[in-house]
Amino acid sequence: MIDIDPTTADVLAPLYDTDPATLSRLRDSLVGAAADAGLLDIAYRTLDTPIGSLLLASTEQGLVRVAFDREDHDLVLVALAQSISPRILLSPARLDGVARQLSEYFAGQRKSFDVPLDFRLSSGFRRSVLAHLPEIAYGQTESYAQVAAATGNPRAVRAVGSACATNPLPVVVPCHRVVRSDGSYGQYRGGEEAKRSLLTLESAA
Amino acid sequence: MPIGCSVSRSDSGRRLPDVTKAPFDHIVTRHGATVLRVCRAILDPHEAQDAWSETFLAALRGYPELPDGANIEAWLVTIAHRKAIDITRKRTRSPIPVDDPPEGASTVGIPGQQQIWADVADLPTRQRQAVAYHYLAGLPHRDVAEIIGGTTDAARRAAADGIKNLRIRAREENGVRS
Repeated sequence: MIDIDPTTADVLAPLYDTDPATLSRLRDSLVGAAADAGLLDIAYRTLDTPIGSLLLASTEQGLVRVAFDREDHDLVLVALAQSISPRILLSPARLDGVARQLSEYFAGQRKSFDVPLDFRLSSGFRRSVLAHLPEIAYGQTESYAQVAAATGNPRAVRAVGSACATNPLPVVVPCHRVVRSDGSYGQYRGGEEAKRSLLTLESAA
Repeated sequence: MPIGCSVSRSDSGRRLPDVTKAPFDHIVTRHGATVLRVCRAILDPHEAQDAWSETFLAALRGYPELPDGANIEAWLVTIAHRKAIDITRKRTRSPIPVDDPPEGASTVGIPGQQQIWADVADLPTRQRQAVAYHYLAGLPHRDVAEIIGGTTDAARRAAADGIKNLRIRAREENGVRS
């Protein structure tokens, strides 16, 4: 930063005022112009839920990432900038649909999600595990071993565990419905407490 | 294009990893107000907002190719400078009548604060640019010289002369008002 002497600063002071309302309007129209020009690679917003603030990020193909508070939303965005594209803008409008469905889900009024999903952050066996998860009905659970069997690799129990632990689309792709054979919850990206909350919500509805 | 090795400041006080490219949204948050001030200082009020929008859209387009560690503020000011030249050329080529409020008729803001923008607009072009890029964007004279052309010393002189002229005008206006 440059040094400015006090008398110069006095002359310039009024020039430093910018109207926050103008800036906010300009940012909104930038998001629209970026989308029109095909330059909005990732739109994101946050959503307050009973299990904390969720970060929702979407590409033009669909929802690509759901992240918990404990993951640090800023770090998640930096990771998305690296792995997909740094053309990322806050754009609640593009995520209105999924935000509404999540709110309905947390209110106990929705049992499945109907939004386009972009699975590009997951590949190979992990992706086939994620593809199976929506088949576990709302309010039901399966063990890691059952999921391994269902995906045709009965011995890949640990791999199912890591597929669930790295699910880029938690809540929407219900990895929380996979639990240990002894009935304990098992690890969860959002923490064991969040997993418990989701399963309690689903068993109550 | 002036590319420094500095890592841009974060207004939130939080530092993102140096080597990775920040999400573009962070760039808008960090530099949006500065670019608006710069556009406002080098263009007429109704053109400044168009210049801001065009600057950030162009920046968004080129962002993935920007080298890591580039001086973001200098890069944005360079784009704004070019957009302002385009806009000014368009204006002089085909003067379109604009609903511009008559001088001094503004009802928003403090009268003295409107006047300073008018004083900046009255400066010779290079002084106006040097004041905007050095004092409002905080670029060193060396970077300003790369953007407006000429030597670093000439850029320093243009900024100093601009400030001197603004001070004289402010004194005159204060004298008139009191």
